[in-house]
Formats: sequence, C-alpha cells, structure tokens
Amino acid sequence: MELLMPFLVGTLFSVSLYFILHRHLFKLILGLILFGLATNLFLFVVGGITTGEVAIIPQEKETAEPPFPDPVPQALLLTAIVIGFGLQAYAIVLIRRVYQTLKSNNLDDLSKTDKT
Amino acid sequence: MFYTLLAGLLVAFAAPLLFRWLGRYVVLPLALLPLCIFIYFCAQVSQVLGGTRIIASTSWVPELGINLDFYLDGLSLLFALLISFFGFLIMIYAYGYLEKHPLLGRFYMYLTLFMTAMLGVVTADNIFCLFLFWELTSISSYLLIGFNNDQIESRTSAWQALLVTGGGGLALMGGLILLSLASGHFTFSGMVLSSNISLATHPLYLPALLLILLGCFTKSAQFPFHFWLPNAMAAPTPVSAYLHSATMVKAGIFLLARLSPVLGGTETWMTILLVVGGTTAVVGALLALQQTDLKAILAYTTISALGLLVMMLGIGSVLAIEAMLVFLLAHALYKGTLFLVAGVVDHSTGTRQVNDLKGLGRSMMYTGIAATLAALSMAGVISFFGFIGKELLYEASLESEVFNWLTLGVNMLAGLTFVAVAILMSYRLFWSKTSKPTALQHQTSPYLYLPPLVLGLLGLVFGLMAGLLPAPVLEKAALSILPSQKVQFELAIWHGFTPVLGLSMLTLVLGYLLYRFLPALHSAAPRLKKVYRYGPDSMYHTGFKSFQKGAKVFINTLQNGYLRNYIIYIVLFFCGLMLFALWRDAPHVNLGARRELLDQIELHELVLFVLVIAALFYILNTRSRLTSIVVMGLVGYSAALFYILYGAPDVAATQLLIETLTVVIFVLLLHKLPAFWYLSHQFRKYKFIAISILFGSVMTYTLLLVQEFAVESELKEFYGNASFLEAHGRNVVNVILVDFRGLDTLGEITVLAVAAVGIFALLRLNPEKGGKP
Repeated sequence: MELLMPFLVGTLFSVSLYFILHRHLFKLILGLILFGLATNLFLFVVGGITTGEVAIIPQEKETAEPPFPDPVPQALLLTAIVIGFGLQAYAIVLIRRVYQTLKSNNLDDLSKTDKT
Repeated sequence: MFYTLLAGLLVAFAAPLLFRWLGRYVVLPLALLPLCIFIYFCAQVSQVLGGTRIIASTSWVPELGINLDFYLDGLSLLFALLISFFGFLIMIYAYGYLEKHPLLGRFYMYLTLFMTAMLGVVTADNIFCLFLFWELTSISSYLLIGFNNDQIESRTSAWQALLVTGGGGLALMGGLILLSLASGHFTFSGMVLSSNISLATHPLYLPALLLILLGCFTKSAQFPFHFWLPNAMAAPTPVSAYLHSATMVKAGIFLLARLSPVLGGTETWMTILLVVGGTTAVVGALLALQQTDLKAILAYTTISALGLLVMMLGIGSVLAIEAMLVFLLAHALYKGTLFLVAGVVDHSTGTRQVNDLKGLGRSMMYTGIAATLAALSMAGVISFFGFIGKELLYEASLESEVFNWLTLGVNMLAGLTFVAVAILMSYRLFWSKTSKPTALQHQTSPYLYLPPLVLGLLGLVFGLMAGLLPAPVLEKAALSILPSQKVQFELAIWHGFTPVLGLSMLTLVLGYLLYRFLPALHSAAPRLKKVYRYGPDSMYHTGFKSFQKGAKVFINTLQNGYLRNYIIYIVLFFCGLMLFALWRDAPHVNLGARRELLDQIELHELVLFVLVIAALFYILNTRSRLTSIVVMGLVGYSAALFYILYGAPDVAATQLLIETLTVVIFVLLLHKLPAFWYLSHQFRKYKFIAISILFGSVMTYTLLLVQEFAVESELKEFYGNASFLEAHGRNVVNVILVDFRGLDTLGEITVLAVAAVGIFALLRLNPEKGGKP
C-alpha cells in the first residue's frame, strides 16, 4: 500500500485544485475541504507508514519499544485536522453569507471591492 | 560642528511651529540661524588657515564603520561659508518673495533642512555620513521644487529631480562602499592619507570610479543628466537661486574635488571628466542661447558653468584647480545674484519672458544695479571677480597637458554665451532705451533687492581685493584637493598684457556680437523642437511612462482580483520551484526496486484505494449538491480508515468526528448555498485540468521520492522514551499534544475560537442594520 498512497494523494490534490480553480462558490468549498484532506494524508505518508502498531506504551513497559509509528506527524495531523475544520466551517458560512448578500454564485463577480 | 548641524535640524522642524506663533516674523529666528552658522564658520577661518583640521566625531554604529565623523578643512570651509552666507541672504529674500504665502513656515522648514543637509555633505568625513546628508539634500530639493504642489509642472519636475539625483545617489553609495573596500577606510581623511598606496591598479578602482562619477554627474546636472535642472526651475525663485545655482548642484563638484586626491590623476578620470564636462559646457551654452525664459536661460548657463568646473577637475593641474575654485566662487556670486534678480523681475512684473521685459531700470533701480554688477562679473569684465575666474580658466586650458585647444575652445564658447547672457540680463532688461517700459504690478521691497545687491557688490569687492579676501581660503581649499602639491595663490586683477588678456577681450567682443544675434536664435529655436524629441528629457518621460504602464500591466496580470488566477500563479510557481529543485539536486525515483512492495498489498487496502479514486471521479461529474457532499464524506471517512490501518487511532477518531461535523454543517446550510451550475468555458477547463494534473503529479513524485529516502527522526525516539517517564502518559501522541507541545494546542484552540467568533458574526450580524443581529 505504501506504493499506492502517493498516487492517491496526488489524485486528491489534482481533483481539489481543479475544484478550487472553478468559478463556482460551492465547488470552491468542496475543493478547499479536499485540499485539506490531501494535505493531511500527504503529511501522514511523509512521516512514514507502518502497519499494525500504535504509538501507545503498553501497561507493563515504561518506554515505547520499536517498531512503533512516528508520533510527531500524528500530533501535527491532529492539530491540522482541527484547524482545518475551523477554516472549513468559516469558509462555508462566509460563502453562504456572500451568496446571500450578493446573490451571486460566481467568483468572477467578486473581483472588485466596490459595490457595483 | 555636530551641534551646528543638530541646531539646523531642530530649527528646521520647529519652523512650522514658529510660524504659527510668530506669523511672518518667523523670518527673524530663521535668518538668524544661518547668520550664526556663518559667524561660527568665520570664527574657524583662522584655525583652518593655520593648518589645523577641526574634527568632530560621534560613534553611531562603529561595528559597521558608520560614524558621525565631521571635519573641516579648506575645501569644507569654503563651501560651508558659501552655504551659510547664501542661506542667510536667501532666508531674507524668501521673506520678501513669499511674504503672504500661507505655507511660509513649511517653506522655511524645507529650506533650513536643505541648508543643514548641505552643511552635512561638505563637512562629512565618514562615507555613510556623507551619503546620508547627500540623500537629504535630494529629498529636501524634491520638497522645494514641488513646493507649488497644486501645479502639475512642479510635481513632475520634483519627481524627475528626485528620481535622477536619487538614482545617482544609489550609484554613489555603491561606489563609496566599493571605494572603502578598496582603500580599507571609511573616512575620506583616511583614504587621502593612505592614497600613496595606489588605488588606480586595484581591481575595484574602475567600478568604484564609474559609480561615484554617476552619482556626482547626476547631482551636478552633467550631460546627459542635465535635463532635470531646467525643469527644477518650477521651484520658487529663492530655491532656484540657492539650490540650483549656488549650492546643491555644486555638491557633485564638491565630492569630485574631495575625492580627486584619492581617485584622480588617472587617465580614465581625466578622459571621462574632460569629455563629460566639455560636452555639458557646450550643450548648456547652446541651449541657453535658445531660451527666452529668464530662469531657463540662467539654468542652462549654470549647466554650462558646471561643465567647465568638471572639466577643470579633470585637468587636475594646480592652475586648473585654482581656476576651478575661483570660478566656482565667482559663479556662485553672480549666478545667485542673477537668479534673485530674475525672481524680483518675475515678482514685480508677473512675467519672465525676455521679450516682454524692457527698460526696467527706471522703476527698479537697485535691482538693476545688482543685475549689472553680477552681469559684469559674469561677462568677465576687468576689476570683477568673474574676470579673474575667466582668466584662470583660459590659462589652465592653455597649460593643460591634453586637449588644450579643445578645452580652450569649449571655454571660449561658454565664455561667449556668458557674455551674451550677461548683456541680456542687464542691459536689455534694465537699461536699453525704450518708449514703453514694462509696467510694474507693485513696487519691489527692500527684502527683495538687498540680497542680490549684497551678492553683486561682493563680486566687485572680491575682484578688487582678490589677493586679500578670498585667496587664503581658496588656497587652503586647493590644498585639500591637491595635498601633495605646493599651492600658492596669487590672485590679482592685473597680470599685464598677456595672451590670456587678449583672449578675454576677444571673448567680450565676440560675446557682444553673439548678443546681437540672439533674437535670430530665439526665433530659430522652435524649429529645433524636433531634435529635442530624442533628447534625454523626453527619453526620461518615455521611460517613466512606460515604467508606470509596465507596472500597471504587471499588477493587473498578477493581482487582477480573480481568486483563480492568484491560485494558478501560486501553484505554478510552486511547481516550477519544486521541479527545479528536483531536477538540480534530487536523485531519481527508482520504482522498479520497490516492485515487491506491490505484492504486500492486501485486498482491503486495494478496495479502499479503488473506492476513493472512484469517489473522486464521481464527484467530478455529479451535478447534485447533496450527492457531492455525501461522496465527499465518503472520501473523508476513507481517510479515517487509512489512519486506523496505519497505526494512528487518535487521528482517525478526530477525522471521523470532524468529517461528521462538516457534513452536518453542510447539510444544514445546503438550502442556503448556491445550486450547481456549469460556469467555466471549455477551453479554460482544459487549462485547469492541465494545471491540476501537473500539481498532482509533482506532489506524487515528491512523495515517492521522500519514501525512498526516508529520514529517521530523533524526535520519535525521544518522545517514545520520555512520554511515560517524564509526562506520565502512555499515549505518546496525546502526551505530545497536551504536554510537550501544550502551548501549540492552546494556539489551536484560539484559532478555533476566533473562527467561531467569525462564524457567529457572519451568521448573526447584519451590516445593513448597523451591525446589529
């Protein structure tokens, strides 16, 4: 599976970027969420994937014994997922607000700061 | 000396306040300042003449060699006296000139600031110190030229002067730094002392020389950078007289003189200075003859005179330096006077066009006398200081080792022009017989005619007592330019019947003839307009405009307000950078060596992989919002499954939670979100697909490479050992989050809180109702 993951991540990045490049507001959100997912997986794979083990010290031991997965990327991921959620939630609400106020679902209509 | 400059700065910035308190009597303290400075420098004269150099030093950033080092030698003293005395007269004159101007305080601020900066330039010893004041003169000159900032002409001219001199200033800084690298000194005095170790053979000599010359030439309006000076005449006349004839434009000359013991004497130095100076002198003279605006005429003759000064520095013999200094002083005196006169005429009659002005002598007698005194000096009539200057110029050209006939010719040509302009400025304006003298709009106040009268008289006094008054100071100044030579000044009005005297007389006669031809030249001038289209001034404007246009195009392409383009640029730049780094440094991915890993793939992993890929392709094609949300949730849950499979249960739990929440929010708001719609063009679509695939491929390749050359981190070991023993937790990931990196988690919570506040504001607050829910 180690070999397949990069391709999965690459496809995710491609699809998410394709969505972000669209003019449609809804697709922008989808793209952002997928992009976050792809980034998280990217980080996870970069940290090295090991199967079957967890980074938890058993009851009878005092230190973790190899092989155990690298806990640092996992800690980073946890933070990234939560912050990513904050961002997504904010983006969704913001886009709803933009749609409500400007009655437009087209990003290209939003290229100026002034009211038309 | 340090306190003199400090006082100047303080008074400069206090000027607007003083103006508020004192009204137009603000002139009293502000004229007093230059007078005090003048007296201070006068008091130093005897010391400097005795041979001591007055040094003042305050360390600033000693580690970088940046110190506030000042010193006063003959050359500095000459300039300092000139600047402060002129400053005094100009302050008084400006009072008469801008008497009822509401921004008089601001004007005085700029003017005092300039004077201080100029004093700093001429007394600076440290190169950085010099550069600082040098730039300050450029900036204050900018402010002064643009003083009438409601006129577009003033604004463009101010810009132009700032860009040209500021650009030169940058070159100068580079040159000075190179020079300090080459000589090992940060101070001019140090450079001069060590200049016996020849710099001329140093590899950095040529670049340093060229850059410094560029700085000096732009400042002193040498061809082809002369164009900013006539345009700078948009400034009020006191400014033109002070900055653009007597002091600031001579800063370049000053620096050349200051550095000539260090840089001078080589063939490159001589050639460049002679060629540039000569060209400037000729161009300035020719252009001066075509002008009809008083200030423009004076500006072009100033350019011509500056060219002569540069030429003399290029020759560099004792006689040439003597000629340079005498002419510099003479020029400052008469040109300053004439500018002030032009200002008075402009002020009283409302025009500066030569052809409209006649017979002013009767109504403006004192001004006329001042103009005549200055004109006689300018023309080089015997008994005036200008005469000595002209004689010396001819003599130095004749004795020059190179191009002596050519330099003499240039001098003659400039001399002829000066004579013609002098006659124009005095006889034509004031004394020529006319039945209809130009009417005055108002009488001239003594504040306006006294300063030029004083300056004009000084030209006569210096001429009559040449050996007594200016000679000792000039001699010391020459000594600072030529430290290793024996300099003896014997200035006298009468040298006996020499060939040079003959030349002087010839100049006067020919100059008069030239004056007779002036009307013809003036009428011919418009025909030359076509030539000017290719001149440096219009080249500057073309360059300036295309720069602005280019910047606009650049900004409009890069920052055009379309989110998609910003992202495309970022992504493409990132990919380019990444590919470049991969191509240059990284080894190639060798997938073949890892083929056996494919055999270890288990069925459930493969199913998951196919599922995600299929979901992604499905989401690309669906038109239903609900479906896409569901499919996206599917991808998210699959990611969670991956985390579980590869030993990250905590991450998986979080991912599941978050994914659920996201889907819930989405569904809740679904009916308020825009419906699906195909908005993109077909062509754009292909472009987007290409960019997306490129980006995905780069990321895939990077990941494959990273996997192949995995780096083992020491942190893993550390946390594995320490998490139970030090932090008493068995789940290493959790311990990292809440203990080792607890502050980061706090930051994360803060981010969420901020997002929550933002979401609340977006949902509940309504800007149309004044921000209320």
